[in-house]
Amino acid sequence: MNTPETPEALGASVAAVEDAQLAAKQDSLSQGRLVWRRFIRHKPAMISAAVLVLLIIVSMTSIGIFGIKGWWPYDFKTTSVSINGGVPSAQHWFGQEDIGRDYFALVMSGTQVSLIVAFLVGISGTVLGTLLGAIAGYYRGWIDSIIMRIADIFFVIPLLLIAAIVAKTASGAISSPWFLGIMLGVVSWAGLARLVRAQVLTLREREYVEAARAMGASSWRIILKHLIPNCIGTVLVNATLATASAVLLETSLSFLGFGVKAPDSSLGLLISQYQNSFTTRPWLFWWPGLIILIIALSVNFIGDGLRDAFDPRQSGRVKKRNLAAAALMGIRPIPVPTTAERAELAARERAASGPPRGGAAGPVDAAETERTDEEEGR
Amino acid sequence: MSHTRESAKRGEVVLDIRDLKVAFASGDDAKLAVNGLDLQVKAGEVVALVGESGSGKSVTSLSTMGLLPPNAMVSGSVEVTGHQVIGLPEERMRKLRATEIAMVFQEPMTALNPVLTVERQLTEALETHNLAFGQAARDRAISLLERVGIPDAAKRIKQYPHQFSGGQRQRIVIAMALTCEPKVIIADEPTTALDVTVQADVLDLLRELKDDLGVGILLITHNMGVVADMADRVSVMFMGDLVEEGTVQEILYRPQHPYTQALLAAVPRLTDVALTHDDEAGRLEAERAGAAEAKGREVVLSAKSIAIDYKVKSGTFRAAEGVSFDVAAGETTALVGESGSGKSTVAKAVLGLLPTAAGELRVQGRDLASLKGKEAKLARRAIGVVFQDPAASLDPRFPIGECIMEPMVVHKVGTKAERVARAMELLAAVKLPADVLNRYPHELSGGQKQRVGIARALVLDPSVLIADEPTSALDVSVQATVLEMLKEIQADFGFACLFVSHDLAVVDHLADNVVVMKRGQVVEQGPTERVLHFPQEDYTKELLAAAPVPDPDAQKVRREARHRLLGIGTS
Repeated sequence: MNTPETPEALGASVAAVEDAQLAAKQDSLSQGRLVWRRFIRHKPAMISAAVLVLLIIVSMTSIGIFGIKGWWPYDFKTTSVSINGGVPSAQHWFGQEDIGRDYFALVMSGTQVSLIVAFLVGISGTVLGTLLGAIAGYYRGWIDSIIMRIADIFFVIPLLLIAAIVAKTASGAISSPWFLGIMLGVVSWAGLARLVRAQVLTLREREYVEAARAMGASSWRIILKHLIPNCIGTVLVNATLATASAVLLETSLSFLGFGVKAPDSSLGLLISQYQNSFTTRPWLFWWPGLIILIIALSVNFIGDGLRDAFDPRQSGRVKKRNLAAAALMGIRPIPVPTTAERAELAARERAASGPPRGGAAGPVDAAETERTDEEEGR
Repeated sequence: MSHTRESAKRGEVVLDIRDLKVAFASGDDAKLAVNGLDLQVKAGEVVALVGESGSGKSVTSLSTMGLLPPNAMVSGSVEVTGHQVIGLPEERMRKLRATEIAMVFQEPMTALNPVLTVERQLTEALETHNLAFGQAARDRAISLLERVGIPDAAKRIKQYPHQFSGGQRQRIVIAMALTCEPKVIIADEPTTALDVTVQADVLDLLRELKDDLGVGILLITHNMGVVADMADRVSVMFMGDLVEEGTVQEILYRPQHPYTQALLAAVPRLTDVALTHDDEAGRLEAERAGAAEAKGREVVLSAKSIAIDYKVKSGTFRAAEGVSFDVAAGETTALVGESGSGKSTVAKAVLGLLPTAAGELRVQGRDLASLKGKEAKLARRAIGVVFQDPAASLDPRFPIGECIMEPMVVHKVGTKAERVARAMELLAAVKLPADVLNRYPHELSGGQKQRVGIARALVLDPSVLIADEPTSALDVSVQATVLEMLKEIQADFGFACLFVSHDLAVVDHLADNVVVMKRGQVVEQGPTERVLHFPQEDYTKELLAAAPVPDPDAQKVRREARHRLLGIGTS
């Protein structure tokens, strides 16, 4: 127990005990800090985050970015003699493609572009979706109707189709990854807007929102200061998932020829360019595919970790450490009968034809009881 | 098992809890919720388990039903009619539920499934336990509904939960608990969600059932009045420990443990109520006293026959009509009534969150509804508000300091340093340590949060404070602290207070004037001394008679007085 004080010592008042507990408290953790603590304990998410950061660092430093030169000796534009048919070697880690360009440099350049597009989509789609969803949920009425009907339009028209049409009409600018990223973000906000709207609809009935309204706070203040920060869990989780799917969307667009165009390269474009060499030079296909897989998986795992961190109502299981702590309090759980032992016990009871009298079972750790064979519905 | 199986003999122990310990795993640690509880319930008696939040009383009830969550660790022994429950496999536990032990929940609206008919929900337990099927089950369900006092049961059994009133729904929940004739009923705060008059009826029903069917009832409650009304024996829990047990007379008249003493001292009492006879002299004196005080008042808030409409699908619904009152600086006026009386609606209109449809509502002489934009914002500075639910009224993402300072930020008052200084000053006024400024709401208890709510309401030095059921979500001893604090602060700050409550004892303790409301109409109003101690209207009398007092003998007298008032035979 956290309270060494006896009730007598404090005049036996709950209020007094609570105040003493509060005064004795040392560290103060915000909700954000609590979430962060849970997040860094989530192993898959932390490994994924490390992998993703490593990938970003390697792709940025190896061939350089914004004209700064990196540590990789080759350029992704210069052609040279193809050594041993371009098979991966110590010199060319990822091999060379058909006209002798270094494939590591090409893949890294493609990774840069794909990551930029993915993050742009994630950020712009999230900002738009959150704002529009919050506005729709807060104001309700006709504003809500208009925003959600527009969202419906984005839902019923396939994303690829919209992207293809925009790409055709703005063929010059589209090849820039920046433009592509923003454009995909603008068309992919609808799902998040729906989620945020639903959450705001419940949050706006909370008393702290009413309190803010009663003190005369403006609608914008309520939306930005009270509603959106309280949706942050939903928003962050969905931002990561949107980023992961944006990597795949960019890949499919570039593969179809609507996305990034040469001389820029992207992972999808590389796959599309070298799809014919699959039988002769399979590494030209595998490397970009592997990188896409790594990005999509790690971002998804990070999203998973965030979701668990924001929603800690996971089914709590008793661990060894808990049992040790419980033993100090005088709770000594004994081994729990397995299903077979339980059946034997039941048989013996039937033979004795009487209900088990108290104490026979002894102290039992209810938590360790196998619950897999039990019905959940009560 | 059949319907005609023998019920437990009176005096036989039907629930036997010995040295029960429950701990919950949290993180790497374990938290002890119940520490060595011993408790026996005999057939035909009511044992009250009393305690405030965190005392472990609800965890105890879950252990007896075998409903603890998977992160709980249990030791000790719980026997229900001789069956050991601790460690019992789920499939065997399920056979005991409803047939040996049943539960009545706190909130009847959520305990009943809204998409199933009452019939389906009543026959479900009979069918799962192979006790009755089809017409036989239906007949039994109808007879149960009649037993718990639902009129026209044969017809109404086809209806859905929302077609019944709150009190009727709780009666249906009780009928559900009775379907398989259990020997023990666990009633976890069975009347907390109900209005006082309905609560009195439901308690009457439970008392009848105990006498007629001879079931043992474990009544879990925090309300000492309910304990005095119902219990034969009482066990008091405090933070997981059983601190005291004894007969209801022993505990309520001669409490031994300091915690029990403090708990009983904290219960607000409403005594000296002239319910049945008319004490004309006393009434006149009380009225004169009220009139004498009325001189030299500075009226801050005044309502003149206001009406408030709610928009519903088919036009408008008048939620309050012809409500008039005024509140002067330093005074407290209480709006009392049961749910649906329109008391909160009036408070919302005063706050400017709802427009008035007729009449005049003035704060410091200005009509709030007619003001627009900047002026309305300015007028709102004069009103502070304390909400009912402290858990929901503070933004969980704001540190306490920012919560308190928010009104100053919204109204652009003061520099940052001045705001912090003001927040510190108010935290001192509500007796919270200064370092709370940087803490977050989830680190505070309900009572502490409510004190922060009061501090926030006062930060702009308002002339009117609206308190909407500020203590109904709090424990009794915490409620006493908060009410005392509210009184002290009012003496210091001198604001006018509009206090909305359903608890007449609290109102008696705090208010100078009372407005009793029912279905949007004012039933009776005047000085507290007159209205609550010499009530004129039947409805006020009924309300006063229905609220139980923590005194078994006095409560018995009141119960009989109430039955006479309502014209029903004493049971």
